[in-house]
Amino acid sequence: MQQDTIAAIATPPGEAGIAVIRISGPEAIAVADRVYQGKNRLKDVDSHTIHYGYIVDPTSGERLDEVLVTVMKAPRTYTREDVVEVNCHGGLVVVKRVLQALLNHGARLAEPGEFTKRAFLNGRLDLSQAEAVMDLIRSKTDRARQIALRQVEGRLSKRIGELRQILIETLAHIEVTIDYPEHDVEEVTQALLREKCKQVQAGIDELLKYAEEGKILREGVKTAIIGLPNVGKSSLLNALVRENRAIVTDIPGTTRDVIEEYVNIRGIPLQLIDTAGIRQTEDEVERIGVERSRQALAEADLILFVLNQAEPLRDDEVALLEQVKEMNVILVINKADLEPVLDIDEVRKRYPQLPLVHISVKEERGLDQLEEQIVEQVFSGQMDGDDLTYVSNSRHIALLHEARQALEDALKAIEAGWPVDMVQIDIQRAWERLGEIVGDTVSETLIDQLFAQFCLGK
Amino acid sequence: MDQQTEHYDVIVVGAGHAGVEAALAAARMGCQTLCLTLNLDTVALMPCNPSIGGPAKGHVVREIDALGGEMAKTIDKTYIQIRMLNTGKGPAVQALRAQADKWLYQQTMKETLENTPNLTLRQAMVEALVVEDGVCKGVITRTGQTFYSKTVVLTTGTYLRGKIILGELEYESGPNNQQPAIGLSENLQKLGFKLVRFKTGTTPRVHSDSIDYSKTEIQPGDEEFRAFSYETTERNPNQLPCWLTYTTEETHKIIMDNLHRAPMYTGAIKGTGTRYCPSIEDKVVRFSDRPRHQIFLEPEGRHTKEVYVQGLSTSMPEEIQIKMVRSVPGLEKARIMRPGYAIEYDVIVPDQLWPSLETKLVANLFTAGQINGTSGYEEAAGQGLMAGINAARKVQGKDPIILDRSQAYIGVLIDDLVTKGTNEPYRLLTSRAEYRLLLRHDNADLRLTELGYEIGLISEERYQRFKRKKRMIEEELKRLKEEKARPDETTQAILKEAGTAPINNAVSLAVLLRRPELSYAHIERISPPPEPLPREVIEQVEIQIKYEGYIEKQIQQVERMKSLQSKKLSPDLDYHSIKGLSYEAREKLSKVRPLNIAQASRISGVSPADISILLIYLEQMNPARKNA
Repeated sequence: MQQDTIAAIATPPGEAGIAVIRISGPEAIAVADRVYQGKNRLKDVDSHTIHYGYIVDPTSGERLDEVLVTVMKAPRTYTREDVVEVNCHGGLVVVKRVLQALLNHGARLAEPGEFTKRAFLNGRLDLSQAEAVMDLIRSKTDRARQIALRQVEGRLSKRIGELRQILIETLAHIEVTIDYPEHDVEEVTQALLREKCKQVQAGIDELLKYAEEGKILREGVKTAIIGLPNVGKSSLLNALVRENRAIVTDIPGTTRDVIEEYVNIRGIPLQLIDTAGIRQTEDEVERIGVERSRQALAEADLILFVLNQAEPLRDDEVALLEQVKEMNVILVINKADLEPVLDIDEVRKRYPQLPLVHISVKEERGLDQLEEQIVEQVFSGQMDGDDLTYVSNSRHIALLHEARQALEDALKAIEAGWPVDMVQIDIQRAWERLGEIVGDTVSETLIDQLFAQFCLGK
Repeated sequence: MDQQTEHYDVIVVGAGHAGVEAALAAARMGCQTLCLTLNLDTVALMPCNPSIGGPAKGHVVREIDALGGEMAKTIDKTYIQIRMLNTGKGPAVQALRAQADKWLYQQTMKETLENTPNLTLRQAMVEALVVEDGVCKGVITRTGQTFYSKTVVLTTGTYLRGKIILGELEYESGPNNQQPAIGLSENLQKLGFKLVRFKTGTTPRVHSDSIDYSKTEIQPGDEEFRAFSYETTERNPNQLPCWLTYTTEETHKIIMDNLHRAPMYTGAIKGTGTRYCPSIEDKVVRFSDRPRHQIFLEPEGRHTKEVYVQGLSTSMPEEIQIKMVRSVPGLEKARIMRPGYAIEYDVIVPDQLWPSLETKLVANLFTAGQINGTSGYEEAAGQGLMAGINAARKVQGKDPIILDRSQAYIGVLIDDLVTKGTNEPYRLLTSRAEYRLLLRHDNADLRLTELGYEIGLISEERYQRFKRKKRMIEEELKRLKEEKARPDETTQAILKEAGTAPINNAVSLAVLLRRPELSYAHIERISPPPEPLPREVIEQVEIQIKYEGYIEKQIQQVERMKSLQSKKLSPDLDYHSIKGLSYEAREKLSKVRPLNIAQASRISGVSPADISILLIYLEQMNPARKNA
C-alpha cells in the first residue's frame, strides 16, 4: 500500500540525555537528507550504518544539533519501510526543533502506535499481535487527537477560526461563480484573491511567530488542583511553582479567570490550574464560575484533589470526589503538620484505586513524594498525555507552514494568470491544513457556506 | 405472449429521465425489458425548468453519453439554445447548458424507446412489488396484472404519495397534475423500507405574447458549434434567446405581506426542501437585504407560447402569484398559463442502497432518480443509466459496475448518496468532486468510453473512432515533450508577438506551451505536427500539458484513495464483533456496509483510528497471512 513518510520522537518524554527521532516511509531517507549535514549524503550510504553530523534548518542555515543518524533500508527494519533514526543530544527544546525541521520538510507526525501499525500491516509482526496493535490504536489515537486539539489554546483556535472564515468565504465566492455562472454575484477578481491570500498569510505569519516562541501553542499535562476552599490549593500551586522553574511566562492581554502556571516537574511540562480563583467569587458570578470550573475539570489530564487533614471529610468533598473518581486523581492530604482529624482509612476504603500523598505546604514537606507520584502517574500509562502532549506543537507548526505554503502557491498561480478554479485548489488546501489544527476538515461546510452566503435557486 | 403472465428480464417502473435511461440500457444490453409508465404521454417529462446541463449537471450528461446513454443525443436534437458556461475559467469547470424544446424532447425520447429492440413500453400503474424470500420477482399493477422479471428498477420520481400544495389548496397528485402513486409507497413501507418526505417546487408559466421583452435583456445562445454527445455532428439551426429581468421591491413587498398564506411558512409543507432550489418566498425572507433577484424568461419550446419564469418558484395562492409576476419589469401585463406549485413526495433514504443502486433489503430491486433523494433531470438520468446497467448485469450474472469518485460525477453522486445519505433533495455541484480537475467536461469520453464499450453500450464504430482520437492525443503529447523549439528568428518573433519572453536555449514545445501567454496555435506555428490535428485532439493536448502540474497532484491523491479502495470489505462483515471499533463506528458501518476501506473512511463518525483498526482486522483475516 502506498504510504506517506512519518516521524515521531521514539524515546519517552523527559529531559533525558539522548532522544531518538524515528522516520519511516518511502521518503524517510530523502526527508532526513534535507536537514542533515555530514560527510556523505544519506541516500549514498549503506544500509544499517551510523553517521555523525548535524541537523541544520535549511531555511535559516542554523545548526540545530549534533547528531548520530542510523540509516536502515527496507525491508530489514521495524516497519519494513525505509527507516532513519536521529539520535539527538540536546534537551527537550532541541529535540522538538529537530522534529519540527523534519515535519517542515516532508514528513508527517506519526499517529500514536503508527510505527507498530505499519510493522504489522507490512507483515513484520505476528498475527497473534493483531489484537494488541488494535488495543494500542484504540486506546491512544482518539484520545491523542483530543489532547492534540485541546493543546490549541482558546485564543489561537479563535484566530485560526477567523482566518478560515476568510478563506471559506473566498472559496464560497469562487464556487458560486463556478456552479452558478449566471448568478449576479461579481466575479472573483485576481486583486480580491490576492488580497485575501495575503491577509491570511500575514495572519499565519503572526501565529508562527508566537508559536515558535512557544507563547501561544502551549503544552503540558493539564493538571487541575481542586478541593474545598481553604484546604490549601493556592499555596500548593505556589509551592510547586517555587520549587520548579516556570517554563512559560504570562501572555500579555489575556484575562485570567482561572489561575494557571506552567512548571516543569522532572522534565514533564505541567500546566497547573487552580480552580480556587473561581470558587471564591462563586456568589457573584456563580453560574460562570461553576461553568469554568467544570470545563477545567473536564479538560484536565490529571487532578490533584486536596483534602485538609485537620478537618473531617465533608459531604461536598464526597460529592466532588464521586464526580472525578474515574479520572486520573491524586489525593493530596494537606496540612500534615496539624492534628489529624480526617479519617484517612475511610477515604482509602472509599477510593482504594486513588493514590494518596501526605504533604504540608507550610513546612514544605511531602512535595517530593507528590512530584514522584505525578511522574509515576504520567509514565505508568495511566495517562495518555505522554509524548503527544509535547510534540503536538510541532504538528501545529508544521501545519501552519503547510497552510502558508499553500497560500504562497495560490499567489504564484494568481500572478501566473491561472484560472480561478486552479487557484481554488491551493486555497482549499490552506483551509484544510488550518482546519486540521483545530480538528475540523469537513467539506460539507463549504457547501453550507455557499448557500448561506449567496441566494441561489430556480 | 400471454397477457396475464408476462415474463421479462428487467422491468423499469417509470419513464422519466431515470426510467428511460434504465430501460434503454437494459434493452440495449440484450435484456427483455418492460418499461411501465403511468401515462404514455409523459415519457421523459420535464415538469420543471426547460433546460439540461450546467456545471456538474452538464458533466453528467457528457458522462451518460460516453457510457452509451441517451440524454445527450436527445437534447442535441431538440435544443432551442445551447451555450458553453464558464468559458473564462479553467477547463474543468466549463460546462454546456441547453434550453430544451420540452415537447420535442419528450416525443423524440419516446420514439427512441419505441424503436429499441427488446424494449416494451407500456402504460400501467404499479401498485406493488412481487417479493419472495427477500428477492424481487416482478410487479403488480392497479388493474391486477402481474408482470414477472428477474430484476426491477424503480424510478418513480416525485410520484410516490405526491401532494401538490398551492396556497391553501392541497391535493394528492404527481407533478403537473399527473396521477400520484399511492399504493406503491405503502407497499415499500410494508416491505420495510424507510421513507422520508421531500419537497420541491416549480414556477408559474406565462404567455409569451403578454411579455414586454423590451424591458428585459436578451440572452442569446452560442454561435459556435456545441454538442453534448460525442456522436453529434450537426447543429440545430435558429436558436431562440432567453431573457433576463429582475424582481422589484414591490415583488418582495407582496411576498412579505402575504407570508401568512405561503405554505412554506404556515406549516402546510412538511417535507424537506432543497437549499439548491429555494422558492422565491425563501429567497426574499432569507436574503432580505437583497434589493432584487434575477428572473430568466425561458421559452418552453418552438411550438408553444409558454414561457418558464426561472427564479420565481413559488407555492403562493394563485391570486398572489399573479400579483408577484406582474410586479416584475416586462411582466406587467403577463398572463399566467399555469401557476407555480410545491410538491411533496416520498423518498427512500438512500443509505438503504448498495453502490450498484440495488436495495439492501430486497435483492434484485434497484432504485434510481428522485426516489433516491436527488433533484434534477441529469442526476436522475445518471442514476437511471447505472441502475439499468446493473439490473441487466445482474440478470446476466455479471458483477455490478460501480464508478468511483475519480472516474465520474455519476460516481461522486452515487457514492455521496449511499455513503452519506442526504437530508434534503441532493443536487450535484462541481465542488462536491474532490478530483474536479480530472472530471472535466472535455475528457468524459477518455474517462468512460472504454467502460461503455465493455458494458456493450458503445458501438464498435464509435469505439474505433475513440481509439483513433486517443492515439492521436498520445502521439502529439509525446511529440510536444520530445521536440524542441530552437531560439531561431521565427520562433523568437512568434514569442514576441504573443507577448512572452524569448528563449535562450532550445526548450521542449511542452515547456513553451505551459507559458500562460501561449496557446497551441502558437506552438503549431513554431513547429507543426506531421498532419493537422482535429480540434478535439488539440483541446486535449493543450489542457493536459498546460495543467499538468495540478493534474499530476490530483492523480497522486487518486492513487492513495485507490489503494484504500482495493482493500475490500465483505458486505456481511459483523462490525459488532470487531473489538477495537468505537460504538458509533460499529453502528454506522453496520448500516452503510461499505464495500471497501475508502468508502468506509467517508462515512461520518468513522474516525482514522477506526480505519486503522479495520486495516489491522483485514490483515488478521488475510488467508495468505494465516497460512504462512
